[in-house]
Amino acid sequence: MSLVTEPFAYEFFRQGLFASVLVGALCGMLGVYIILRRMSYIGHGLSHSVFGGAVVGYVASINFYLAAGLWGFLSALAINATARRRRIGADAAIGIITTASFAIGVALISKTRSFTRNFEAALFGNILGVTPTDLIIVAVVTIAVAAFILLFYKPLLFMTFDVEVAPIYGVNIGVVDSLFALAMAATIVASINVVGVTLIAATLVIPSTTARLLTDSFGRMIVISTIIGAVAGVLGMYVSYWLDISSGATIVLLEAAGFLVVFVATTVTRRRRSWTEQPVSTLVHDRTGDDLG
Amino acid sequence: MGATQSAPDRALVEFEGVTCGYDGEPVLRDVDLAIPRGGFVGIVGPSGAGKTTLLRSIVGVVPRVEGRITVGGRIVGRGATPGVGWVPQLETVDWQFPATVREVVLMGRWAERRWRAWASKDDRQRVDRLLDRLGIGGLADRHIRQLSGGQQQRVFLARAMIGDPSLLLLDEPTSGVDLKTRDDILHLLAELNADGITIVLTTHELNTVAAHLPWVVCVNGRVIAEGDPDQIFTSAILGRTYGADLRVVRQDGIILVADAAPHRLRDALRHRHDGFEHAHHEHVGPDHEHRESDGAPPS
Repeated sequence: MSLVTEPFAYEFFRQGLFASVLVGALCGMLGVYIILRRMSYIGHGLSHSVFGGAVVGYVASINFYLAAGLWGFLSALAINATARRRRIGADAAIGIITTASFAIGVALISKTRSFTRNFEAALFGNILGVTPTDLIIVAVVTIAVAAFILLFYKPLLFMTFDVEVAPIYGVNIGVVDSLFALAMAATIVASINVVGVTLIAATLVIPSTTARLLTDSFGRMIVISTIIGAVAGVLGMYVSYWLDISSGATIVLLEAAGFLVVFVATTVTRRRRSWTEQPVSTLVHDRTGDDLG
Repeated sequence: MGATQSAPDRALVEFEGVTCGYDGEPVLRDVDLAIPRGGFVGIVGPSGAGKTTLLRSIVGVVPRVEGRITVGGRIVGRGATPGVGWVPQLETVDWQFPATVREVVLMGRWAERRWRAWASKDDRQRVDRLLDRLGIGGLADRHIRQLSGGQQQRVFLARAMIGDPSLLLLDEPTSGVDLKTRDDILHLLAELNADGITIVLTTHELNTVAAHLPWVVCVNGRVIAEGDPDQIFTSAILGRTYGADLRVVRQDGIILVADAAPHRLRDALRHRHDGFEHAHHEHVGPDHEHRESDGAPPS
């Protein structure tokens, strides 16, 4: 029992736990839309973009959240606009914009080496460094994104399912898509201190992909993915404390392990089910196949 | 515009000198068209002729260069056209998407209580009643992939009908489905039409779909002709529509359109000689034609 209660004595642990639960849930929730819209690469790219914005903000001594958030949002809009030109694929647009942003960050860091440490934290996450301000930001972003998903549940679902037909039924794609880009940029900026630029994509993609294996209903997928993210946040903090390893990496590794278990379990049960339900003719067919082989 | 309230005999959908297209390039030019209330209309034409564009322009998602379109006396502009249900081509649906039948059907009602994430009891009952009416009752909680082609088509029909539309637009509703499903769908549409719903669909199947409809519009960049297929399915009109040599055969009230190009002709002949097929030898064509398929050059 003390293994569970002991770390609570430390303020950094309580704050870290709070932050990682929220970030896990937040990324799990938004990740559902990201994988269903096949935007995983955008998530990955945007976190790199945000890094560039953060460095520029630091150098120009602008507030981190303002600079990184604005930069991320503008990058998302720029990706949308570039990808709409028919001769440029969305993947290429993402590659150009986000990598260039990241390169700006790297260039500025290499010029002024004095703050390398901070940015190592930004790259790999440093939950020990979570400040009360960070916590407030994470909480506000989580509440705002949850409210967005709840209030825009219907148009978001329609747009995610069929972006061609949704406007015919009156969904304003421009508005919903821009708000979604904003939610994504905010989520990434809020998560950077906990999981780091390099690991954010995983926290967006793994819980939602795992949830997809567990249900065929969109509504249930969001709930399951959010829970997986939050649970991974809690367990990740503890495992990271006990084993003294990086919190971001621990959360991602736990999520990956969870995915593996679910993947194997669902594959086995599906195969067993299809085996028992296999019609006789198929079995016969299989045998003739063997004979021929 | 209040003065132009629709009189009963006024057309439900009207195109007046419409030129529209994408990226500033017109796909359709100078379209004047009137679709009467209660009509059942097919739009035919070659690929890229603007069939789907014509259909999409009715719901205001095609940029218009000139002219105006009205539905029920209201000018089609930005935003949804009220009273219209849209059924997409089944091939464009992402069947891996995690959505149950109920979730898909309720998308058609998203604008009702739009800020509420969950379905109300009324919503659920509406879905159940509609699915019963369309012959797929009891499937509401199935995933959309676990359905037959005909059932899948009905799900999207249900999504279009959940808003009680007076006009149903269907993009290639019979493409990619088997013969029986195609007939089921056409009969179902005929029933809905009998209930007073105006139906407009696009199709590339002249013989099996378009020839049975009461009214057909031939499109190729503009409207070539419109009318009862008995009257307008002529070699001249279809030739102009498709830019190909098409022959029209009429026998016992049945219209049969045949492409004079050899490979199409062979298909058409098979239809005509249906039933005699087995009396003939399989090797109708020259031998080398049959070897073509298995004689692929080794790579």
